[in-house]
Amino acid sequence: MLETFGHLPIAWLLFAVLAAAGFVSFYAGRTQAVAVGSGTTERLNSQPNYHGYFVAMVTVGPAAIILLLYGLFGESLVRAQLASELPQRIRDLGALELGQYIDRIVEHVARRDSVATGNALFDAASDRYTNLLGFSRIIALVLAIAAAGTGFYFARRRLSLNFRARARVEDGIKFMLFLCAAIAILTTIGIVGSLFFEALRFFSRVPVHEFVFGTEWNAQTGADFGAIPLFFGTFMIAFLAMLVAAPIGLLSAIYLSEYASPRFRSIVKPVLELLAGIPTVVYGFFALQFVAPLVRSAANGFNALPFIPDGFLAAQPTSALAAGLVMGIMIIPFVSSLSDDVINAVPQTLRDGAYAMGATRSETVKQVVMPAALPGVIAALLLAVSRAIGETMIVVMAAGQRAQITPDPTADLTTITVQIVALLTGDTEFDNAKTLSAFALGFVLFIVTLIFNLIALRVVQKYREKYE
Amino acid sequence: MDGNVEDFTETARSKQAQNMPEMTKVECRNIDVFYGEKQAIFDISLDIPDRAVTAFIGPSGCGKSTFLRCINRMNDTIESARVTGQIFMDGADINDHSIDPVLLRSRVGMVFQKPNPFPKSIYDNIAYGPRIHGLASGKQELDEVVESALRKAGLWEEVKDRLLAPGTGLSGGQQQRLCIARAIAVSPEVILMDEPCSALDPIATARIEELIDELRERYCIVIVTHSMQQAARVSQKTAFFHLGKLVEYGDTERIFTNPEDSRTQDYITGRFG
Repeated sequence: MLETFGHLPIAWLLFAVLAAAGFVSFYAGRTQAVAVGSGTTERLNSQPNYHGYFVAMVTVGPAAIILLLYGLFGESLVRAQLASELPQRIRDLGALELGQYIDRIVEHVARRDSVATGNALFDAASDRYTNLLGFSRIIALVLAIAAAGTGFYFARRRLSLNFRARARVEDGIKFMLFLCAAIAILTTIGIVGSLFFEALRFFSRVPVHEFVFGTEWNAQTGADFGAIPLFFGTFMIAFLAMLVAAPIGLLSAIYLSEYASPRFRSIVKPVLELLAGIPTVVYGFFALQFVAPLVRSAANGFNALPFIPDGFLAAQPTSALAAGLVMGIMIIPFVSSLSDDVINAVPQTLRDGAYAMGATRSETVKQVVMPAALPGVIAALLLAVSRAIGETMIVVMAAGQRAQITPDPTADLTTITVQIVALLTGDTEFDNAKTLSAFALGFVLFIVTLIFNLIALRVVQKYREKYE
Repeated sequence: MDGNVEDFTETARSKQAQNMPEMTKVECRNIDVFYGEKQAIFDISLDIPDRAVTAFIGPSGCGKSTFLRCINRMNDTIESARVTGQIFMDGADINDHSIDPVLLRSRVGMVFQKPNPFPKSIYDNIAYGPRIHGLASGKQELDEVVESALRKAGLWEEVKDRLLAPGTGLSGGQQQRLCIARAIAVSPEVILMDEPCSALDPIATARIEELIDELRERYCIVIVTHSMQQAARVSQKTAFFHLGKLVEYGDTERIFTNPEDSRTQDYITGRFG
């Protein structure tokens, strides 16, 4: 019995049972409400459907929460129990090895056709795990059924002519929506937390000042962890990208919102926004295949000019400029789309006012529309910057791997995101400074983009024009 | 405040003395306006006198604002709008190819329904027109233009200490007077007002009406209004529009006391509209 439960694909089963319970309790509640209202709905405070929803909600809700909690914490409890039962010599292995040992057990059990390995301890532990899992599932199930039954019973007892089922259902919906919002926030906190604690582990091995102020980065050999070259590369490429995206995005937004005919706008705006839908890896191909060679030959051409010393520009096969240019094109829609919305939100009466003063179209745009739209435009640019800083795929493909500080845009640079990818792909163990440094980089990256976003939000709030 | 009272009594005196022959400032001949396929104005001809207030009245959607916007060619800024017919200002056709609509608009100022100060300081709002048209050479002259426009609009005393504060921070009535001052600052010949008081309370409205009465001495003013009382109070000429057509046009006093057309009669007595 315990074994059977330990093996069942239980999640789907539970989902079906919960759904069925929901339907049954809904119809039970509705039927009862109709009966209470003696066949008519006029005297009921709430319509029968609401009574049905109420009963279903009270029946399924608590049971679902119990099962959800079990889903989140059940297995860790079982693992903790198993760990405490293992012989002392295995428990002495240390947290990491013990965890891996239990992982192997879980994996072994999960395989349906698994046979005994012959290792007595391992087989015994596997059986024990299956039984513990089954036991825990039965407990969770019994609790859930009890909760559902109790809920069903008490919900039905509350139904009466004057019972305000509609208001209760409203409360339930509000709670559910709150839960969804809370999940998003909790997940964010979780991500930040995991980054933060792993980063702390890193900083216990490498001093903070060495990381923040060091100018040498050789993480692969585990020798130097000075992040300044990475920050330099990141900001250099983001800067090059903004040099492309800010003017083109902004001016195209102005053209689309102020000059273009509605027909032209209705065609071009979606096409421009299509740019945002292109997978970044495709941009990466474009950068690597087309732009990087172009940049290289242009740099070589420049080096060949008279009075230019040989090798003045590095002219590498992958370069910051190639990555920056393509990234700039990628973030054009972020700038143009947001700016276009902001410019369109400037009231028409302001434009009319300027036209009526005898201003030309470009004077109106420059002196009236843009100042009014400026906070929104700045916010759009800052969001684009944080997007450029966090962008990964294009730089992985086209920026290179060398951590160096050079103002030459045709040299290959590396960025924070590139290094994180390089450090964490492949077989890695999370116990050395090399891999942990990726978390520190991720944490710092997160902080930087967070600051940019916060500034953007503040700017928008502070300078938002109050048009009545 | 003293200055304002004096100005006002002076205006009242000159009002009585006003018996000089009427000069036509703007002649409109056979104006039709289309929005795409839809015709909004049907064959309107009318003469607007100089140094007087002409009121356009009529029910909503009757085309009075559209007609007003023909006079400074604001309809040019609407993609689908098409205007036919001729409008002469001081005898020159404003739709002629040789006329730059941008320059025309510096001669024909406009005040809108909702106060629309630019998101700039009070000073820069007024200085906007003089700057783009190069009407003032040097900072001092510009200061004088700004002060004089604000004085004419009766706003100087209220804002002289905070000229660098944003124009959007003023009250609704002050904002509308700021917009009037902005229009005056480029020394226009004609001022068009499109329901300038519809967003204002009665006190601010009374203030604007006083101002219109003062401005009448120097400018040709055309005002679109929904308020019959306002038309009767401020205007010398009244035109009644209905369904895109000009029904009746004449001296305000006659229109309100002895209208020729039964539709005018019905409208001003509140039977429809």
